Amino acid sequence: MSTLPARPLPQPTTETAAYWAAAQEQRLVIQRCSSCGHCQFYPRAFCLSCLSDRLGWINASGQGRLYTYTVCRIAPSPAFESRLPYVVALIDLDEGVRLLANILDADLERIAIGARVGVCFESVSESCTLPQFTLLD
Amino acid sequence: MTNDPSCLAGRYAIVGVGEAGLGKAQPGDTALSLQCRSARDALLDAGLTLADVDGVFAHWDDRANALLVSEYLGITPRYVDSTVVGGGSPLTHLIHAMAAIEAGLCSVALVTYGSTQRLDHSRNRAGVITDPRSPSGQFVAPYGVLSPISWYAMLSQQYLHRYQASAEDLGEVAINARRWAQLNSQATLRKPLTMEEYLASPLISDPLRKADICLVSDGAGALIVTKADHARTLAKSPVFIRGFADTYRHHVTPFAVTDWLDPGVIGDCTERALLMSGITRSALSMVQIYDAFTINVLVALEAMGFCAPGQAGAFLRSGIAAPGGALPVNTSGGGLAFNHSGQFGMQLMIESVRQLRGECGERQVANASSCLVQASGLLMSAFMSMVLATEESDQ
Repeated sequence: MSTLPARPLPQPTTETAAYWAAAQEQRLVIQRCSSCGHCQFYPRAFCLSCLSDRLGWINASGQGRLYTYTVCRIAPSPAFESRLPYVVALIDLDEGVRLLANILDADLERIAIGARVGVCFESVSESCTLPQFTLLD
Repeated sequence: MTNDPSCLAGRYAIVGVGEAGLGKAQPGDTALSLQCRSARDALLDAGLTLADVDGVFAHWDDRANALLVSEYLGITPRYVDSTVVGGGSPLTHLIHAMAAIEAGLCSVALVTYGSTQRLDHSRNRAGVITDPRSPSGQFVAPYGVLSPISWYAMLSQQYLHRYQASAEDLGEVAINARRWAQLNSQATLRKPLTMEEYLASPLISDPLRKADICLVSDGAGALIVTKADHARTLAKSPVFIRGFADTYRHHVTPFAVTDWLDPGVIGDCTERALLMSGITRSALSMVQIYDAFTINVLVALEAMGFCAPGQAGAFLRSGIAAPGGALPVNTSGGGLAFNHSGQFGMQLMIESVRQLRGECGERQVANASSCLVQASGLLMSAFMSMVLATEESDQ
């Protein structure tokens, strides 16, 4: 039996714990300011628009468009080699924030800038689930 | 005294350059040793001694070390600066050095950088080791991003999409670099590159191929800068800093919702430097662009107004940037074919100074009198433009 090499995993902080806890429940949440309504990603200790610390979380639609992408043909570490080739993409969510994720099970012929994508979730360890995306349509 | 930086135009000059361990360092070499050897050579070049230096601007392999360099050299500086803004840091150090000298905080500044990243195998495909609590550690590293390659690949993808550009447009940059490298005996890749060979180069992170990505080299470099009146008394013809500007935006993580192809960032920075210099684009003898990736050159040529958006491939195809062309670009062979020791901004500056002194042998640009340098760093976070010339003003 061989063990898979360790994949880098996020270590949640005070600011991000709610994001990762939601992902574990298969929900994508975005920080939203209760004072001014500004949405921001990545999560921070206060609102970048009005400096308020009255931040809450909203369930994101989970839908957006590919801003840009690349297909990795080599892996940054052995942990990713079995996945090659894989897509790394920037996704502009309909809520107005930009995320980075893989496009899972992507047909490389169909992937394109502007394509509609939707969130899905990938459990990568007992305590960590990553928001990921797939092509819609 | 005005607080407009244009009052500094032509009042400072680079008076010495040096380098060490370019390409492949010898086993047992260290970045600190190479860096200090390059500093020694820059001082000899200028006709100065260690005792003349009272400002030290340095770091190596992304670790801050102006004090370690000072200690090795036995310099007791009045001013140190280890600002790290990526590969263009040496240009930022020059700007900080001029500000410090102008404020009376030092008078002769040594700017140096060195790396043994190739010898040490210290460059990792994932980039620097990321703290899993940092924004990158949480929201980037778990997704298998090649850093910095995938960032520039995603920039290239956006470029190809927006302008209906082709792989061949990127290829023109790699081919131009090799043309110049053939004339540089110190260059790593001196064989010509054909478009067929470029297109056969393996994809690494679509649409970037191996031939789109800079070398991983060792090497160190040093620059000495001082006031123009002091410069005129030294060993070599001064190279005057006629204009400069730097600007910073957020890109260490990719989450700022910005247009990655916004030409304003590089364009405004370059416009400020050119205005300050009093030198027009058409009067420039050459341009040096930090080519960590082929896409950098396409984007910069367009943003700086040398050609229209999406037209940089055709611009290069015309031969204008090649040896003998009207606007030579990257006359050393660049980071793609000469070397790339981690902060190519240093080599861009050294090449520019040597070209303006007429020291470049086979690759010398005829009648070189001015040069525009455009550098960037830290995943499209930092941008610097600098205009150098053989004369302190056009009057």
